[in-house]
Amino acid sequence: MAESTLKIGTGEAIKENRLGLKPLDYQGGKSTLCAGCGHDAISNQIVRAFFEMSVKAEKVAKFSGIGCSSKTPAYFLQRSHGFNSVHGRMPAVATGAMLANHMLKAIGVSGDGDTASIGLGQFMHMVRRNIPIIYIIENNGVYGLTKGQFSATADEGSKLKTGVLNDLPPMDLCALAVELGCGFVARGFAGDPKQMVNILKAAIAHDGTAVIDVISPCVTFNNHEGSTKGYTYSKEHQELLHQIGFVPEYEQIEVDYEPGTTREVTLHDGSRILLKKLEEDYDPSVAIQALQRLHRAVDSGQMLTGLIHLRPEKKNFMDLLHVVDEPLGQLPLERVRPSKEKLDKIMRDLM
Amino acid sequence: MSETLIAADPAEEVGAGSEPIVNDLTIHVATVNGSGSQSSNNVLMRSIFQMGVPVSGKNMFPSNIAGLPTWFTIRANKDGWIGRKKEVDLMVCMNAQTAREDVEDLPSGALCIYDAPLNCKAIRDDIVFFEVPFAKLAADLSTDSKLRKLLTNMVYVGIVAELIGIDRDEILNAITKQFKGKQKAIDPNVAAIDKGIDYAKENLPKQNKWRVARMNATQGKIIIDGNAAAAIGSIFGGVTVVTWYPITPSSSLCESIIEYAKQTRIDENGKATFAVVQAEDELAAVGMVLGAGWAGARSMTSTAGPGISLMAEFIGLGYFAEIPGVIWDIQRVGPSTGLPTRTAQGDVNQLAYLSHGDTQHIVLIPSSVSECFEFASEALDLAEQFQTPIFVMSDLDLGMNNWMSDPFEYPTKPIQRGKVLTAQKLTELQGKWGRYDDIDGDGIPWRTLPGTDHPFASYFTRGSGHDAMARYSEKPQDYKDTVDRLAKKYETAKLFVPKPVVDQRDAKIGFIAFGTTTWALEESRDQLRRERGVETSYLRLRALPLTQELHDFVAAHDRIYIVEQNRDGQMADIIRLAVGEDQRKIRKILHYTGLPCDARTITDAVLRMESTVELPEPLLLVRAEAKLTGGATSISRPATLDGVMPAAPRGMED
Repeated sequence: MAESTLKIGTGEAIKENRLGLKPLDYQGGKSTLCAGCGHDAISNQIVRAFFEMSVKAEKVAKFSGIGCSSKTPAYFLQRSHGFNSVHGRMPAVATGAMLANHMLKAIGVSGDGDTASIGLGQFMHMVRRNIPIIYIIENNGVYGLTKGQFSATADEGSKLKTGVLNDLPPMDLCALAVELGCGFVARGFAGDPKQMVNILKAAIAHDGTAVIDVISPCVTFNNHEGSTKGYTYSKEHQELLHQIGFVPEYEQIEVDYEPGTTREVTLHDGSRILLKKLEEDYDPSVAIQALQRLHRAVDSGQMLTGLIHLRPEKKNFMDLLHVVDEPLGQLPLERVRPSKEKLDKIMRDLM
Repeated sequence: MSETLIAADPAEEVGAGSEPIVNDLTIHVATVNGSGSQSSNNVLMRSIFQMGVPVSGKNMFPSNIAGLPTWFTIRANKDGWIGRKKEVDLMVCMNAQTAREDVEDLPSGALCIYDAPLNCKAIRDDIVFFEVPFAKLAADLSTDSKLRKLLTNMVYVGIVAELIGIDRDEILNAITKQFKGKQKAIDPNVAAIDKGIDYAKENLPKQNKWRVARMNATQGKIIIDGNAAAAIGSIFGGVTVVTWYPITPSSSLCESIIEYAKQTRIDENGKATFAVVQAEDELAAVGMVLGAGWAGARSMTSTAGPGISLMAEFIGLGYFAEIPGVIWDIQRVGPSTGLPTRTAQGDVNQLAYLSHGDTQHIVLIPSSVSECFEFASEALDLAEQFQTPIFVMSDLDLGMNNWMSDPFEYPTKPIQRGKVLTAQKLTELQGKWGRYDDIDGDGIPWRTLPGTDHPFASYFTRGSGHDAMARYSEKPQDYKDTVDRLAKKYETAKLFVPKPVVDQRDAKIGFIAFGTTTWALEESRDQLRRERGVETSYLRLRALPLTQELHDFVAAHDRIYIVEQNRDGQMADIIRLAVGEDQRKIRKILHYTGLPCDARTITDAVLRMESTVELPEPLLLVRAEAKLTGGATSISRPATLDGVMPAAPRGMED
């Protein structure tokens, strides 16, 4: 299988970022998840992406719902405020927080149970509104914290440890997000950290809802033979849509590639995503191509990863509300209490 | 004239010779929902208001857009009693579906204007009827059948005005106001009203039983509904994030915020200092409120009982994680398929204790439109001061009906933002602080807002599984400390919530009521004083938790009547639990028909209970507008519930 990422620059790991901070400054508490859990691998890439992108952790707000995945915001970015909310309804909490302070960089971590079952409604409305948030679904096809029940993303024919077969079709959250007009839809694999970190960096630069569905094996309840979301199965079936490279807006790197081989997408802040085609010329801005490709992968039993759909120009919800530039939550009294004359006028009209 | 039969001889004056009742009447208008009668009724009410007579307007409407019956009741009262009165003095029958019942329900001697084809005069002979051929009169007004239907309703305004003596000039003023000065709409409506006036003058007998005459009791007053008052109060209270999901009878609250905020909260650059979001459901609405409150906004939502039920989980999280937010509950009757357009005070228990685990909430209870205005900002302050969800308990009667009030006063107090640590303060503290650390001893810890630029500003928010430093903990003592501190916080709240309004007299009887019940109760006290010489005291509750004033009041009286608009006496039970031994003094008067409580019901209930020598203490239930229930009777186990079919079930005899 081809390498999932494009090599950009020297590729050498930096020890200190542009804020003078070290990776340690982006760490969180110690994980209490099972050893080898895919979720921990994702947390590590979140630390790396925010560190390498030099995002000030104090300006980040972390959100989650309920489940194993939703515990993870405690395991990265300890300098950021975190909110472990209620099952399936983190999107509402994040929406409210962004309304109060749209200067925050929001990251939400959810799971397949939290998003595809109890939280499906809120997930869809968040996408529809284009709330600026990186929304990660740590997708293992199973309810971990309640000990191994199928979730709505479990593949048809996949087997529980107890031998129970899943006979319902899975929900494809990427296809759903595309259908709802999401401007950034990606699928990653916890076992492919290089691709993951590039997707995350691009998501950080994106201004709108970035849905990242990450296949993240559950080592305790769904990593056995017969599982379609385990490490072995996923590795064998991962199919790359393209190779991904990411150039942040502050880097002036010229990337050489043969004309016609690579597609460049410029994000809101000037960052560039480079997508090197591995098959046909896939245009990630065309929703119907994305849906077609997703369905084809399902038909052939493959796990398609990459940046599936990109429409970075879409206006986010805060833009549509035409609110003031400062955070609403921090406006002083004189800006939120209208004048006495205005009240008097309202009263006169009611006399 | 055979087709436009007149019930009474126009030459004769009804009630001639006797003194008229001036400025004390109830007009009840029965129409079809969606027929535009709302404008006519508003014009009628406003023109009485503009004559200086205290007035209220209550809309009793179905859960329907068009076609079902609807009623509008206007009460004019020189003494300012503008709560509901059961007895109708002047009926306007425009709806064939309900005409018979409407007429049958009238007290003997009432006046009744009716649409000629309804032939109401045939129903009873102890009512003074005024037959009006509305269709014929409207035929001249417009060739457009749709418009004609609307104008028909304006014709009765003219008829009523002429019969009871409303000045035409005031009707014209009211019309101008109703149609916001749009001449195109004003002209045909004025024509319709004149049609009614002229018809009444020429064809109907005069009546001298009930009259409206100019007085000076509404000068400088406003007319507004409670939801609009709450909206204005929230806007001037500095709300910044508003979320909502449409539900009767609360929708107009957030819709009013949108309307008024557009006029008042757009800055010089054309940008909004507020955000209003119509959520996908009530769960999302309250989730957004809490997210916004957590991140530093003054946030609120409004809903009704079913919405409160849906919010229960989030409210629990908000309580334990200590997050500010304001939730207005515009109470209505029961479930979604119940009587969503009728009023009640049935959410008391739900609001007091909503959610899982040991939760108890601060609830503000406005009685009037001015308190809706006042408590709107008060609630936003308390939410941030106490870092908890705050409920404001209104109801349909207050929220959607028209109330007369003094104009609202501009708030002069600065807004309260509660205990928030800034980056600078954190530097002074050398980063040493605990999110749930009660350093002030009042049960209220300090918090930081996300985005605060300090490496030690952050903390992790989760339900109750944390210690004072907001670290994850499942230790028994940490949990106990958390919930004990929350109880302490609730104690502190007693010093901050609006105190009850107490009118203590030299009396053995003390009343306790809250919310809109007060309008009927104040009038009932007047009835008891005037008709029976019984003096009573009154405590009007304005918030939960209960405060010391309530305990003192209960202690100072022999018998306490708690009047509320629900079946079980929910507030009475909360009070009984709180007052210990004094609970034997407490009696319940309960009104729960879906209509606003009226004074006579309370007066009758009190007199009945006062005259009953052997009171089954400590609890005596009078179910208002129902029979006095005795003690518990033994109930035998019905066989049908055990699957035994009776030989001939009722209604199945054939």
